Amino acid sequence: MEIKQTALAGTLESSDIQIMLSKGTDGIQITLDSAVEKQFGDQIRAVITQTLQALKITAANVKAVDKGALDCVVKARTIAAAQRALGTTDQPAWEVF
Amino acid sequence: MILKNNVNRTLSDDLLKELDYKPYTSTEIGNPDIQRVAPKVHVSTGDNKVVKSIEDVVKATVKDGMTISFHHHFRNGDYVFNKVMRVIIDAGIKNLTLAPSSLTGVMNDMVIEAIKAGTITNITSSGMRGSLGDFVSHGGLKNPVIFRSHGNRARAIEHGDIKIDVAFLGVPNADKLGNANGMAGKAVFGSLGYALMDAQYADNVVLLTDNLVDYPNTPASIKQTQVDYVVQVDEVGDPDKIGSGATRFTKDPKELKIAEMVNSVITHSPYFKDGFSFQTGSGGAALAVTRYLRAAMLANKITASFALGGITKPTTDLLEEGLVRRVMDVQDFDKGAASSMQKNPNQQEIDASWYADPDNKGAMVDQLDVAILSALEIDTKFNVNVMTGSDGVIRGAVGGHQDAATSKLTIISAPLVRGRIATVVPDVTTVVTPGDSIDVLVTEVGIAINPKRKDLVAKLSNIPGVPVFKIEDLQKLAEKRVGQPKPLEFTDRTVAMVEYRDGSIIDEIKQVKD
Repeated sequence: MEIKQTALAGTLESSDIQIMLSKGTDGIQITLDSAVEKQFGDQIRAVITQTLQALKITAANVKAVDKGALDCVVKARTIAAAQRALGTTDQPAWEVF
Repeated sequence: MILKNNVNRTLSDDLLKELDYKPYTSTEIGNPDIQRVAPKVHVSTGDNKVVKSIEDVVKATVKDGMTISFHHHFRNGDYVFNKVMRVIIDAGIKNLTLAPSSLTGVMNDMVIEAIKAGTITNITSSGMRGSLGDFVSHGGLKNPVIFRSHGNRARAIEHGDIKIDVAFLGVPNADKLGNANGMAGKAVFGSLGYALMDAQYADNVVLLTDNLVDYPNTPASIKQTQVDYVVQVDEVGDPDKIGSGATRFTKDPKELKIAEMVNSVITHSPYFKDGFSFQTGSGGAALAVTRYLRAAMLANKITASFALGGITKPTTDLLEEGLVRRVMDVQDFDKGAASSMQKNPNQQEIDASWYADPDNKGAMVDQLDVAILSALEIDTKFNVNVMTGSDGVIRGAVGGHQDAATSKLTIISAPLVRGRIATVVPDVTTVVTPGDSIDVLVTEVGIAINPKRKDLVAKLSNIPGVPVFKIEDLQKLAEKRVGQPKPLEFTDRTVAMVEYRDGSIIDEIKQVKD
């Protein structure tokens, strides 16, 4: 799926993650800023990547600012950002949940 | 060689030998005979103590290789530490051991500068946070920092393990001979508890004050018999930053739930009877406990014989209400508690030895019934970490944790998880307080009772609204919520050693790998 516009989901509140998705050409590139990078950085990147792949996005630049979000939150914010970027918010991707 | 102590921590054998340390074995202190040390006294009639500048007094007292000390009663409003250290660094003095009662954030930059300049080469403290903790955890100081509890610092000073050459003690008032207290003036902080050790045992005692008052100044917490120099400075501290102003009660439902359960544990314990005693910390949940406890004391017509420790306004309110008969005060956390000391004769100032020293003829903590303490981490052996963060970096303080934990009922109040970080873990990053002295863990989902306290298991297992778990199950529940973290990576280099209150080594802190 093609990213049409840069899109943002999530806040910088504690236990949330803010995901910004924009057009990319070189696969899925993630820049992650997280207070729990040492313990959970790989896990957060894996969840973002898997979620984007499930939405059939193969190229995107992801900027993620994590404030200690759980996996379910990372997934939800990624889906929201992705559907906004794809312009498909009127058709929720239920199968990805 | 690898050596393990009684909380299963690997210690560096060669470092222990080099620094003449024993590994931790037990919380029991026993009844040993102790020989204390005494300070050197430069005899004077006291007519010539007031000196014009910090420069003059540093020149007269501080030499390469000495041990210098400060207190942290001004907390983040401290001006004294930075003023004195600036002069010492600029004088080109080297190889000092810094032995304050603790280090607060406002001192961090100056300590780092002094380390880089070679002025400070050794540190012993209750704790450190922020940029300094980060600096030390990344290997910024060659020699390992020694962390000691407030009671243990008193013990170490009395034993001569810490031999203070010069103590620089800021006070909000003093007369020309050095009679001083923490209660009157502009930057008041109440109890001088930790500084009283330095005043009693340092070879040279320097007072710094912005408020030189008429002689003789009373009440004299620090006495003219102990003081060598009095220096007048513009300001000793920022009164607005010494403690939080008005203490607000938490509205966080999780903290309130924890506080309510802590209260239930206390009121259902055999210790909740007339004349009981307690110590609470300054965290949100701890303050809320005080509020619940007040209601329970009124309902049951019970009063407490004493409240101990770092004191907050909710505790001095109980004193004024007659629900607490004495406040035994080593340190004040807020303005309310600090200003209450002057008007309440039943708010007794106590020094760190009286508070919590294991090696004396009876410390307050030995008489303590209930202690409510916090934790960054607690493990399935009930060992508690209040020193290193989830990234392995130093960001805390032993404080009175090990000392107060010797109470008859020691309760750790902590949320199951904080954000994505589990509080209840298989093994804590750093053992500060051994599980043998922890009795009950209270989280928002329920409590865990140390199985070694069979008596408490019987008393606390059927409290309405207080589910009981095995601590292993709480740990699994936490891990299920946040996932399994990648283990932290450390180098082999020891950057800090944590003493137990008896002076043995309970754990080492390694340099973090980045």
